[in-house]
Parts: sequence; structure tokens; C-alpha cells
Amino acid sequence: MIEGLPALYIFMLSAFTGDEVIRRVPVILHTPLMSGSNFVHGIVLVGAMIVMGTAEGALELTIGFIAVAMAAGNAVGGYVATVRMLEMFHTSNKGAQ
Amino acid sequence: MGMSLIIDAVYFVTAAIFIIGLKQMSSPVTAHRGIVWAGIAMVVASVATFGAPQISLDIGSINLQLMLVAIIVGSAIAYISAKRVEMTDMPQMIAMYNGMGGGAAAAIAAVELVKLSGGMESHGLTVQILAVLGAVIGAVSFSGSVIAFAKLQGIMKKTIRLPMHQIINIGLFLATAYYGYMVATGHPVEFNHVIIFFVLALVLGVMVTTPIGGADMPVVISLFNALTGLAVAFEGFVLNNAAMIIAGTVVGSSGTLLTQLMAKAMNRPLSNVLFSSFGSDGGAAAEEDIEGSMKEIQANDAAIMMAYAQKVIIVPGYGMAVAQAQHKLKEMEDLLEARGVDVKYAIHPVAGRMPGHMNVLLAEAGVDYDRILDLEEINPEFPTADVALVIGANDVVNPVARTNPDSPIYGMPILDADHAHNVIVIKRGKGAGFSGIENHLFYADNTQMLYGDGQKAVGELIAGIKQL
Repeated sequence: MIEGLPALYIFMLSAFTGDEVIRRVPVILHTPLMSGSNFVHGIVLVGAMIVMGTAEGALELTIGFIAVAMAAGNAVGGYVATVRMLEMFHTSNKGAQ
Repeated sequence: MGMSLIIDAVYFVTAAIFIIGLKQMSSPVTAHRGIVWAGIAMVVASVATFGAPQISLDIGSINLQLMLVAIIVGSAIAYISAKRVEMTDMPQMIAMYNGMGGGAAAAIAAVELVKLSGGMESHGLTVQILAVLGAVIGAVSFSGSVIAFAKLQGIMKKTIRLPMHQIINIGLFLATAYYGYMVATGHPVEFNHVIIFFVLALVLGVMVTTPIGGADMPVVISLFNALTGLAVAFEGFVLNNAAMIIAGTVVGSSGTLLTQLMAKAMNRPLSNVLFSSFGSDGGAAAEEDIEGSMKEIQANDAAIMMAYAQKVIIVPGYGMAVAQAQHKLKEMEDLLEARGVDVKYAIHPVAGRMPGHMNVLLAEAGVDYDRILDLEEINPEFPTADVALVIGANDVVNPVARTNPDSPIYGMPILDADHAHNVIVIKRGKGAGFSGIENHLFYADNTQMLYGDGQKAVGELIAGIKQL
């Protein structure tokens, strides 16, 4: 179980991590990176699945269905869009750096 | 017990790989590997979740059946749309997928709150508050992203501003906050309050986004992306899921930084983006005198000028993207390079529709990314360039941003195309730019105008160079 103060620590450290990780991103990668981070919050899929697993009755099942379908859309769409964009980056000095 | 330990371990590794993946995505050399790694981690985490104690693996379970159908339907729609979309339309698709994530986070909260209203025992006030916070952020991100999509896709062309729009929004916000408070502190939670709360939150997202102009949309999409991350993190607390907390928070903070970078590049404080709209007033205010006149050039003359140059800097703008001229530009670049001309591309931070969008479009056409330089790298090179070819760009090369403190774009960093020996501007007509401001560059002594559609004009330049 993650509760109270440890949860707050996770939150704080993750926040600094996110800031640090993209700080040195060149402008040319901003859109792919936004798309990539859009994919990463597709992890909401696991939450939607867990909620769907415990849903009872028509209303909860319907909302759960919407949650899972949208989360899957977020993850898959985010992934495909990012890969398509990144596949376009060529370099004349391959392997350098 | 053993199973849940395995799942926790998988989530832990997933969170770590997401962070490594994002880090790799911040360099062109490793970016592709980064997204593939993150993708594998996502698949593993999703599959592992089937082992969670909350999920019945009995194939006769309606929950499992619906879950599988939902995964297949959601994935298929997203896969097909993401494969088919044109690169120029990518920003609004990102908005759409992001909205789905926000909607999913809100829906997770909805199920939890409906359960609470049905008499399920509460896990405590903190959990309830976090569920409500995630719900409102996710719902606003969802409905706001749908509006952003509609605007960029051209489905919704007008910028709708009601009288006293801001007052209405403040009222809506307060009403949402009130019902959010009622739901967060309710035990048991009133079912009607949950419904009203969600409706208000969704309407709030629509009302906040409708007055924002199309040019500011990238910043708003980026902001919604960060918000969805935050909503996912909050629902992660509710579900006690470390992977959601870490991944959501990382996206929340990196998205916030990215939003700030974009707003800064546009010289638009975030508060202006959200609470006012660009160019709606004052468009015709500044009728100042402009020295000189626009001089037209024929494509053949322009081709000769570039073919015998030592260095040509191409400045593409949104007009180039609309005209789909990037492939022609690449063809022209190859011809010029074969003649020994040094060709470079100068990209303004907000060229295209998002920072980096223009790079993606040029990369699509096969331009090497090390020929594509950003504002700080390229500006010192303009004085040594024989020709600056401006195609479909306007405000980002307007020198008044440097010289005229009264101009609405004063202070915005611009590309110093006017410092090149010669400037050729490919432009469809004689009108002013997106902001409605006259561009002094077009009247400068060293500037010549090549009128026409971007793709066609570059085609003529190519033909001209080939003739030499």
C-alpha cells in the first residue's frame, strides 16, 4: 500500500523527474515528445481495466467500458502517432554522437 | 499474494522504462528506441493487469468480455486513425488521443464515485478528494481536447465568445467546485451530485476552450496533455497504482514545462492564451507608413539567384505546410546541393502548428535533420547567406518585432531573414499575416516577392534551376 507521506514523496520526485527528463530536448523533438508523453499517460489503461473488473450493474459496466475503450485508444493512438513521426527523422551522419 | 507481488514488480519496471523512454525521446538518435521500449512496457503492464485480484479471468464473466471488446474497439479505431492521418493533421490527432486519456481518467473516477453513492465503503476523505480532482481535470481535458480537435480539423471554424464569457466561466468553475466539494465530502455520496458535477466539468472544458483562437491551440493541447497526466496520477492514488502515479506525474510536470516553452516561444504569456484571444481586436489599428514598395520577381530570375549562391537559407512557415510543398523543397535542395550550394532550413519555434511540427514535415520529405536549424543557431548565419527563401512564413520574419514597440508582436523572437543579402518571399497574395500585421520585410530593398501557391512556385524554381 502506498499512502500518506510516501505517496506524497513519490508525487514530488516524479514531478522533478518529468521536469528534468525533457529539459534538454531540442525544439525539433517537441511535437514527437508531446506525442510520446501523450502515449505514456495511456497507462491509464491499467486503471480502467481494474475498475472494469470490479464494475457491477449496467451503469458501472457502461462507464467502465467507455474508460477501457478510451484508455486503449489513448495508448494505441499515442504509440502509432509517435512512431510515425519519429520514423521520419533521418540523419546524414548516422551513428554519430 | 505471489501474483500481486509479480504485478507490482511489473508496474515498478514499467514506470522506470517510461522514464528512460522519455529520456531517450529527448535525443533524435535514441528517440525511436525510446518509444519502442515504452510501448513494450505498456503491453507488458496491460497483460500483467489481467492477473490483478480485481479481474476475474472466467471467460463467462461479463466484465471480462466487455473489457476485451472495449480494448479491441478502442485500439482498432485509434490504430486505423493514427495510421491514416496526414502529417499536417497530426496535432489535432494528438489532441484527440490525449482527450481519450483524460476521459478515461474521469470515467475511472465516475465508476468509483457511483460505487460510493451506491453505499460502498469509502477509503477515506483523501481518496475521495483525489478522485474528484482527477475527475474534474480529466473531464475538462476531455471536452477541451474535443473542441481543440474540432477547431484544428476545421469542423468548428468560428471562435465563439459569449457576452461576459469570462464571468460565465468563473460561475461555471465555482459551481463545479461546489459540487466537487459536495461529492468529495459526501458520505454517502449523492448520486445526483455526481451527475451534476460531471456535466458541469464537461461544460467547463468546452467553455474554456471555445474562445481560444486556432493559433494558440498548440499551447492549449500541450496544457491538456499535462492535465491528463495529472488526472491519471490522481486516479492512480485512488486505485493505489504506482505505475499510474509515476507515469501520470512525470507527464504532468514535463507537459507543464513543454507548455511554458511553447508559450514563451510565441511570446504569449500562458494567461493571455487562456484568457484572451489573439487578433480579434486591433487588427486594423496600426496603419503606419511603410517605406519602400513590394517588388515582384519571376521564378526564373529567382532560380538563377539561388543556383549561383553559395549559401541559401530556407524559411518555411505554415503556408508551406498547407501547400504540402516540403517534397518539392527537398527536390530543390538536392538540385542546389549538386551545384555546390550550401542549403539550410531555419525553423522558428512556432513554425507549423506546434514546436517541432515543421521539422516533422521536413523530415517526412527526407530532409536531414542536421540541416534543420532552430532560431538561435541560424540567426547568426543570415548575414552570410546570399539568399533567404521565405515560403509561407510571415509574422515570424517580420522585423517590426525587433523595431516597433507599438506592434502586437513586438518582442517576439524572429528569424533575421532581412539580414540576408537577398530575400525571396514566396507568398500566395498580398495580404497581411495571421495576426493582421503588415510585414515590413516585404517592402525592404533587398526583398523580392514571388507570388503563387507554395508548391507550384517551388516547382517553377526547380524547373528554372534545371534549365541552367
